[in-house]
Amino acid sequence: MKKSSTNVAFYVPYVLWLALFVIAPLVLIIYQSFFDINGHFTLSNYATYFSSGTYILMTFNSVFYAFVITVVTLAISYPTAYLLHYTKHKQLWILLIILPTWINLLLKAYAFIGIFSQNGGINTFLSMVGIGPKQFLFTDAAFIFVASYIEIPFMILPIFNGIEELNESFVNASRDLGAKWWQTFTKVIWPLTISGVKAGVQAVFIPSLSLFMLTRLIGGNRVITLGTAIEEHFLVTMNWGMGSTIGVVLIVAMFIIMFLTGERKKKRGRRA
Amino acid sequence: MSKTIIELKHVSKVYGDTVVLKDINIEIEEGKFYTLLGPSGSGKTTILRAIAGFLDPSQGDVLFNGKRINEMPANERPVNTVFQDYALFPHMNVFENVAYGLRIRKTAKKDIEERVANALKMVRLNGFADREISELSGGQQQRVAIARAIVLEPAVLLLDEPLSALDAKLRKDMQYELRELQQRLGITFLFVTHDQEEALALSDEIFVMNDGEVQQSGTPVDIYDEPINHFVADFIGESNIVAGHMIQDYLVEFNGKTFECADAGMRPHESVEVVLRPEDLDLVAPDAGKVTVKVDTQLFRGDYYEIVAYDQLNNEWLIHSTNPAKDGENVGVTFDAEDIHVMRLNETEEDFDARLESYEGE
Ligand SMILES: Nc1ncnc2c1ncn2[C@@H]1O[C@H](COP(=O)(O)OP(=O)(O)OP(=O)(O)O)[C@@H](O)[C@H]1O
Ligand SMILES: [Mg+2]
Repeated sequence: MKKSSTNVAFYVPYVLWLALFVIAPLVLIIYQSFFDINGHFTLSNYATYFSSGTYILMTFNSVFYAFVITVVTLAISYPTAYLLHYTKHKQLWILLIILPTWINLLLKAYAFIGIFSQNGGINTFLSMVGIGPKQFLFTDAAFIFVASYIEIPFMILPIFNGIEELNESFVNASRDLGAKWWQTFTKVIWPLTISGVKAGVQAVFIPSLSLFMLTRLIGGNRVITLGTAIEEHFLVTMNWGMGSTIGVVLIVAMFIIMFLTGERKKKRGRRA
Repeated sequence: MSKTIIELKHVSKVYGDTVVLKDINIEIEEGKFYTLLGPSGSGKTTILRAIAGFLDPSQGDVLFNGKRINEMPANERPVNTVFQDYALFPHMNVFENVAYGLRIRKTAKKDIEERVANALKMVRLNGFADREISELSGGQQQRVAIARAIVLEPAVLLLDEPLSALDAKLRKDMQYELRELQQRLGITFLFVTHDQEEALALSDEIFVMNDGEVQQSGTPVDIYDEPINHFVADFIGESNIVAGHMIQDYLVEFNGKTFECADAGMRPHESVEVVLRPEDLDLVAPDAGKVTVKVDTQLFRGDYYEIVAYDQLNNEWLIHSTNPAKDGENVGVTFDAEDIHVMRLNETEEDFDARLESYEGE
């Protein structure tokens, strides 16, 4: 009895934190989403969202770009994490990969503006070799490139941890039973590191849904995502109700992703 | 004389400054049952890893059918391994684990089902096909690991302590099963154990390892009856090892007395060690014995009494007797000339074999 009461005590800080910084904001956003710009209780925000083509397109854009960014990051991060696992000074390499995340997002965005702009590093080089300056800034490609660059550490880390936890003897056993490298990868390594991949996808996809700083600075507002819309509603049009409604949509999207990538109970006797 | 299938030639392995294998020379003939026997850390697993292809020897060659296979990737080697840590795939159930190698080989579905069922039956796990690995006991997991390797019927099977987690009864059953399977399919077995009884019971030939070296190789009877040195004598079976001197051929002196023996080929007055197996010693009346000892303790072992006694020089004697003795009683111990085995100090296996040859051939 005594023991369980001390256990409860351990939960207090966590529960408080959860209530103040997770539950309360969520409730506030949901509450806010039911008021129009004049402070009247209404469902019109949701009606607007679902009936307006603009918002639906924005949602599609957000999901589409987040998807592309996630795929690009995953395609780069998995092989990187895998190779990293077999390098000598892996802790040092990991540190180098984490390092850029300590730099403010805005600073990184401005750095890329410098690199991509008409008289930036890349175009200077291209002019030198005679190809001439090209438009990089404010293109979709630049947006995806920079967004992927920023998200990569968050993908590499969980995958790297997953691969580190993978017991080498499973790989040996697979090879011992005659599997080639690729077979070993698809049948053993990938399924056993999939939870790291899922964690990475969660860590990248969800924030990518609502990127707004980059859409403006690098994408030149050509790409308008839900994140941009929320920012506009809160800071420009002051329509907090509509902003909150989009926020609710994002939260729902988040739960859908969590559900899709979450660990589900294995069915008994399931084939691998 | 059957043909050599696997050979290790001057194989050594060094990690940093630790030498794990020292100049290993092993020849494995097709269709026989070999055992690597040695204490923990003696390099048994390391040898298997070198053969399976998970370890690059620092020096030396691994040959398969006379061809060097040092560079051949593990998946192409015609050997399968029962790993010491089982290494069962945690994301597959028992059936899928056992079927893994067959699926890689693109075996027909019907065949797979039949062969997996047979393998599971052999390891007494029929009915467990749908279990997840995490739902099995340690011993059951170990048997799945055995099934996963034997289902492929490889030319050579490497088994790294495959019965270590089983209870005595099941262990015996599995020993019979493995031996039967090995003989029926003609698979070459290289079996690792640190259980000397298991090694003696199963093997055609045993390699006794210590500290990364093969101390002695030979049939179970050879190794038991004629251990090459103190380590082997001590590790295989129980033994009384006493220091002594060789007087001349067939005459050895220990405990202050001279005894006839069956060994020869040493220098006169050479220092030697004498081995007497406890089961070769008989208890008699004090004055009828070759050595007189005082019984200290005795344990009932089921089919015999294990008696610990001390002679006048305070040497310990271990005696197995069918009849009990009384604690504190003085008894005589007697043995025959053939029961004495004399070992030279630091004799190499080559010299040992040559010496035995020289006088046993007569
Ligand atoms: N990667 C490694 N680096 C350094 N030393 C190692 C390495 N792998 C094994 N060793 C050492 O090699 C020696 C032999 O190891 P091995 O696993 O072959 O022993 P073993 O005979 O199988 O023992 P056990 O009966 O306990 O399984 C041990 O002393 C071990 O510490
Ligand atoms: Mg071992």
